[in-house]
Amino acid sequence: MDAFPRSVIGVALNFRETMVRLGSAFAAPPYNRPPQAPVLYLKTPNTWISPGQPIPCLAGVPRLRLAGTLGVVISRTACRVAAEDTSHYIAGFAVVNDVSIPHESFYRPALRERCSDSFCSIGDPSYLQVAHAEFEINVLVNNVLRCNARTSSLVRSIPHLIQDVSEFMTLHPNDVLLIGEPDSAPLCSPGDKVRVEIPGVGAIENKVVQAS
Amino acid sequence: MKLARIAHAGSIHDAVAEGASHLRLEDGRVVDQDSVVWLPPVVPGIILALGLNYRDHAKELKFEPGAEPLAFLKAPTSLVGHRGQTRRPAGVTFMHYECELAVVIGKTARSVTRQNAYDFVRGYTVANDYAIRDFLENYYRPNMRVKSRDEATPLGPWVVDAADVPDPMNLRLTTTVNGRLTQHGSTKDMVFDIPAILEYVTSFMTLQPGDLILTGTPEGVVDVKPGDEVATEVEGVGRLVNTIVEDWTV
Repeated sequence: MDAFPRSVIGVALNFRETMVRLGSAFAAPPYNRPPQAPVLYLKTPNTWISPGQPIPCLAGVPRLRLAGTLGVVISRTACRVAAEDTSHYIAGFAVVNDVSIPHESFYRPALRERCSDSFCSIGDPSYLQVAHAEFEINVLVNNVLRCNARTSSLVRSIPHLIQDVSEFMTLHPNDVLLIGEPDSAPLCSPGDKVRVEIPGVGAIENKVVQAS
Repeated sequence: MKLARIAHAGSIHDAVAEGASHLRLEDGRVVDQDSVVWLPPVVPGIILALGLNYRDHAKELKFEPGAEPLAFLKAPTSLVGHRGQTRRPAGVTFMHYECELAVVIGKTARSVTRQNAYDFVRGYTVANDYAIRDFLENYYRPNMRVKSRDEATPLGPWVVDAADVPDPMNLRLTTTVNGRLTQHGSTKDMVFDIPAILEYVTSFMTLQPGDLILTGTPEGVVDVKPGDEVATEVEGVGRLVNTIVEDWTV
């Protein structure tokens, strides 16, 4: 992947369907109130794989959640950028398969669930110059469409995500900001072939395998 | 050996501490420690940190340690070197330091066991894992807005070789604010020791040379304000100095 990417930052709970489904839980302990800032996590370098490489399912984990998502590739150093200026900081977009071990609780950092080896497949970036386009994300498991999502459902739009992250954490060229996990992201088992398609950006494919 | 990364006279160098007040550059030049800009001594791809890993601090925060370490990630962009500055965000009411022993990984580490864990440790440095409590939320807590702010993780001054730290699980930690002692503890009070942390993390993650593990902090955290000089020290490793400044850019 050469120098790409540098840091990969994910955001949980960024599709409205998820907030509708879980919203009442977020008023109760341990959360007590809905999230105010974006719920961020890192996808560490040990998670990065290329399309075609296997996604290992650890022993004792029956299923993995495969969230096809859009990666926003940063073009230049972005620090405290206002939402209306963010188009100048986007180099392009990449198709990403953000893998996790399904987890119900968002209270504590989900290190093992999100950052096990090979848990983030990243396609080559497409250097599109589209500032505020709407994207459609499709996830196919063994050639069957299992998830269809649109970026019009985001809680925070791409410009607002860049604004809220760069408020406290500088983004650098080749950093990738994942826009969120579609609520209907499918659960998969070893043997499943998973394809993520984002029309206009590209498509990537990986296979889930039993970890040795 | 104590190996630092510094900027001197317009270029970046690896530099070895010589005596109490000098550094020797690769080319043999010996420079005064006061004449250099200290950079974070490693450039990690992964920074892991442990929450609530000291018995007394967990008690202070009314936390019952679990069966697994509470580990979270920090952004590499949050590092700043010795004698650097950290901004206190405008309008916040509680920003505190955390003095921590930081473990520097020396070789690719996966499926490490308790028995061989120290074979994967290159050395140690000191971290100050500042937290801005005003931004704490109950989602992936401690959330990144609290813990991954630009330049809010001082690290250094240098990496001490593992061979020079014979018992990392019995080191005194102290923090002073403007010279007044505010925090002290010992690494012997960690809930999960270094081998346990490495065994746990590498059961699912591969770590690479230069990656960091911040092992947690004991009790005694207090609010720090612009102008305060915060010195976090780990016995036998180093004394890391940082100054809090106003965030005048907002």
